[in-house]
Amino acid sequence: MKTKKVAFLGLSIALAMILSFVESQIPALVAIPGIKVGLPNLVMVFLLYKVGWKETVIVSIIRVALVSMLFGNVQTMAFSIAGAVLSLTGMILLKKLELFSCIAVSVVGGVLHNVGQIAMACLVTQTIGVATYLPVLLISGTVAGVVIGLIGGMLVKRLDKFKF
Amino acid sequence: MKKRDLILIVAILAIGLLSWGALELAKEEGAYVVVTVAGEEVARYSLAEDGEYELNGGTNILKIENGEAYMVWANCPTLGKTRCTHQGKISRTTEKITCRINKLVVTVYGAEDPDVELIG
Repeated sequence: MKTKKVAFLGLSIALAMILSFVESQIPALVAIPGIKVGLPNLVMVFLLYKVGWKETVIVSIIRVALVSMLFGNVQTMAFSIAGAVLSLTGMILLKKLELFSCIAVSVVGGVLHNVGQIAMACLVTQTIGVATYLPVLLISGTVAGVVIGLIGGMLVKRLDKFKF
Repeated sequence: MKKRDLILIVAILAIGLLSWGALELAKEEGAYVVVTVAGEEVARYSLAEDGEYELNGGTNILKIENGEAYMVWANCPTLGKTRCTHQGKISRTTEKITCRINKLVVTVYGAEDPDVELIG
């Protein structure tokens, strides 16, 4: 790995962590847990298109681990990892298909993040009824995914000359 | 945005809206809240009686007021929006408050729900 790339991935992790924190400070609009913009996903979408899927996975996992250690605990880490792994897997596969643009990739990432967290919540609480949150989260995840996908697409286009 | 993108997005939105609508229509006036920890029922309170209850040995405090239940305190460190104290008031069947860190779920049941036997 080139020094420039290492430095850039380090910056990406830092940015994703800041975005995680910024997002946690946005007050909840509706009383449904899990509704969020998914700001850190902006970094992941960008890396996925600009650098590569392996680097994206590394940055995402390190971000989840660091954010959980700073602001959460072991249990919150399990939830974040469930969401991140499912979301990344979906985005990477969808991108490999080359059928969709980064907007759909980001939407699937957002929605799968919610699905992963709800699945984890069902498992932990041993209550299948927790899945009743899912319909609203599908909608919010899609809207958030479109926003992140649009911004991500613009970034990829505008930073065209950067090579990592 | 490609046409395929739009189809996928509309499809996910449609699934979400339809299932959301179906869930909302199925809701009825609630009578009881049942508290479960890791799937095991630990307590049951009537929505008709106002009160404040310590749940799960003090990890959460649930308040019932004017036929609505809400979480007033929890010991978990979860950041921001997923906290159970931010999940609002519940009063209709199937509505719930989830405290995933303490594995605790508070669910509203109606009076005629078959699996709710009146205790006491």
